[in-house]
Amino acid sequence: MAGGQVEKRVKYKSSVKDPGTPGFLRIREGMLLFVPNDPKSDSKLKVLTQNIKSQKNTKEGSNKPPWLNLTNKLGKSHIFEFENYPDMHACRDFITKALAKCEEEPNKSAVSTSSEQLSIKELELRFKLLRENSELQRLHKQFVESKVLTEDEFWATRKKLLGKDSIRKSKQQVGLKSMMVSGIKPSTDGRTNRVTFNLTPEIIFQIFAEKPAVRQAFINYVPSKMTEKDFWTKYFRAEYLYSTKNTAVAAAEAAEDEELAVFLKPDEILARETRQKIRRVDPTLDMEADQGDDYTHLMDHGIQRDGTMDVVEPQNDQFKRSLLQDLNRHAAVVLEGRSIDVESEDTRIVAEALTRVKQVSKADGETTKDANLERLERMSRLAGMEDLQAPQNFPLAPLSIKDPRDYFESQQGNVLNVPRGAKGLKRNVHEAYGLLKESILEIRATGLSDPLIRPEVSFEVFSSLTRTISTAKNIIGKNPRESFLDRLPKSTKDEVLHHWTSIQELLRHFWSSYPITTTYLHTKVGKLKDAMSNTYSKLEAMKESVQSDLRHQVSLLVRPMQQALDAAFQHYEADLQRRTAKSGGERPNGYI
Amino acid sequence: MPSVVSKQYSDDVSLLVLLLDTNPLFWSTTSITFSQFLSHVLAFLNAVLGLNQLNQVVVIATGYSSCDYIYDSSLTSNHGNLESNGIGMPALFGSLLKKLEDFVTKDEELSKEEVSEDRIPSCLLSGSLSMALCYIQRVFRSGHLHPQPRILCLQGSPDGPEQYVAVMNSIFSAQRLMVPIDSCYIGVQNSAFLQQASYITGGVHHTPKQLDGLFQYLTTIFATDLHSRGFVQLPKPIGVDFRASCFCHKKTIDMGYICSVCLSIFCEHHKKCSTCGSVFGQSKLDDASSVSDKKRKAPST
Repeated sequence: MAGGQVEKRVKYKSSVKDPGTPGFLRIREGMLLFVPNDPKSDSKLKVLTQNIKSQKNTKEGSNKPPWLNLTNKLGKSHIFEFENYPDMHACRDFITKALAKCEEEPNKSAVSTSSEQLSIKELELRFKLLRENSELQRLHKQFVESKVLTEDEFWATRKKLLGKDSIRKSKQQVGLKSMMVSGIKPSTDGRTNRVTFNLTPEIIFQIFAEKPAVRQAFINYVPSKMTEKDFWTKYFRAEYLYSTKNTAVAAAEAAEDEELAVFLKPDEILARETRQKIRRVDPTLDMEADQGDDYTHLMDHGIQRDGTMDVVEPQNDQFKRSLLQDLNRHAAVVLEGRSIDVESEDTRIVAEALTRVKQVSKADGETTKDANLERLERMSRLAGMEDLQAPQNFPLAPLSIKDPRDYFESQQGNVLNVPRGAKGLKRNVHEAYGLLKESILEIRATGLSDPLIRPEVSFEVFSSLTRTISTAKNIIGKNPRESFLDRLPKSTKDEVLHHWTSIQELLRHFWSSYPITTTYLHTKVGKLKDAMSNTYSKLEAMKESVQSDLRHQVSLLVRPMQQALDAAFQHYEADLQRRTAKSGGERPNGYI
Repeated sequence: MPSVVSKQYSDDVSLLVLLLDTNPLFWSTTSITFSQFLSHVLAFLNAVLGLNQLNQVVVIATGYSSCDYIYDSSLTSNHGNLESNGIGMPALFGSLLKKLEDFVTKDEELSKEEVSEDRIPSCLLSGSLSMALCYIQRVFRSGHLHPQPRILCLQGSPDGPEQYVAVMNSIFSAQRLMVPIDSCYIGVQNSAFLQQASYITGGVHHTPKQLDGLFQYLTTIFATDLHSRGFVQLPKPIGVDFRASCFCHKKTIDMGYICSVCLSIFCEHHKKCSTCGSVFGQSKLDDASSVSDKKRKAPST
């Protein structure tokens, strides 16, 4: 920067009313320093240029003294009174330059950190995940901090947790705007009599989707007859003419310029499509609305934009367009959705893609002759009036109501049993009933037996019940629905569960490292094996330390974990042996 | 006054519906006589009524061909039947015994008319369960303040597989109503129905070994009301027999065919389901014993 610093004699005022302390103002790059003449005064000021938000100054022509007012980001203002105006201007320019420079830098630093920012964001996400999930945190602490696994390896298996947001965002399909961007009024400049239309790819897409005639004209004219810019200029001229509602001028211009005429007359393609749709309307009442029926785009529909009834000459009728027509057409297009996925900037590609899509949908919509006949027949059938038709005599089928008892009796079924003699059974039954009645009479006569129950029998019953209850408790626990894990003391339970998850993590990394192809994998496997043997010994210790009555169950729980670890160890040993056998005798020193 | 009544209604008021097995074919083959059994049961009922002033007891007799309500403690016509009581019989149960006698006579009449002879000598459990549930439903609809109902099934007769569907329906209704079904089985074989009933509804199932100590069993295990069962440890069976009986032959099976529409169980391959009428598709394999729509019901541990 030229002119590294500016030094001026000033008076510093903290507010307008302040008379001001005389001193020296030294402005350097990045800093502004005010030193008062009086060393005892305490209004020394140091302001960094970054903190200056804006500056104001008094005008030269006015009667005010030359002041420069600097406001910093906190809102505090510092007023400096200069000796003359040129001094003030010099300082002001300097500060302006410094401020401009300051603004550049933050932008640059923003750009450079954006590439790092992704990983910062990811780090933040990782920290958040670790904070929220204590199990994950424990695993992380156990493995990454003891250098068994590196940070990347740990998170490599958890991509789903990290990348969930980004995946979600990219899957969403953006729809069409419901705002009519194609109908936005242009900016008019009264002074230069220019009307400026803004054209963005979004607007181009909308125009092509809503007005197939424009799209067709684009494909036909550009680039053969005119450039794209000319095309759009003509299009917007037509728009402007529509907006002025001056149909006479529109007719005149249309007569002159045939390309312009394309834009000014009603959309033929659209009219054709709509007429076809009208023909296909089903007279049988089908409440399902047809996709975007835009009957109002045809002439003699639609209301006036402002409600007035202009008298328009018949030949100029076609140069009118109503708000309702535009709205309906736009709504129809929006409801259809984004039919193409082309994100290209090139207008031609967009136009062609849209035409292709429309052709495909038209081909689908065209019904064959047979389908037409069938449709007509169906319509005539459905639209028939019942009382005008001949009476139909359907053959009657007799009503058959099944006896419900059949169902219930079928439940009895054929019971395969030891067949007894019928008479014998009847006799048995009769005898049995006789016995029963005798018993009842007996008890009515004699009353309840006395003693009701003998004490020793009672005692036996009690002891057997107690035995039953206690053995059942041992086997299935107090609550048959609780699991064995809940009966363990909490610390043991946590330990068992943690061992389980850590073993899973270790084994996952272990098995994914095979077959060993690089030394990196080799060292990784070695570290994993050490960690696994560590865990194995911890499991053994835990089995020993637990209470004797729970020991059996705990060892049952721990067994599958140990079996998995054993399988991993076996594989490791086998692989090691194979490698040493393969490399044979030509082993350099230190190579395992 | 409603407030006084609500104070009286504490958590442990219970309505016990007792399903008494009066199948003569069973009672003619047991070691304990029916009169001894009755004395245990009547003493137990007395004890239950003595536990709480507001307790209610309903007794339904499960006969060979019919079931009927024998006794309802909430009716006031029980008392005052002094002339038919002998010594040693609580006044409460005079009418019970009278009704029981009438019921047995009626049941005998009905069993004479019955045609099918080849029937397992089972009692009509499904009927009495249904009657009990109807009574309980009426109690539920009587108002907010009602005792907590439970069903106690005292049975010795074996299961009748022909009643499988009806019994299961009653059990599921009881589960829906949240009425526990306790069961005390005093017979020889195991009763799968009762085990399943108690398991599904959250009741207690027990098979007393010593029938002369029946009263002790009843008062220890089955007298606790529903609220106190949270604090009391009652004996639980180690396993439950979940076997079903097939719908076509009423055999008890543990491996069979299931209709995927109505879940009816069959022991052999059928073309069409007899319950819902849905047509079964071709079996994928020729071997009839290894078709894919087989379901194995193993007793749970």
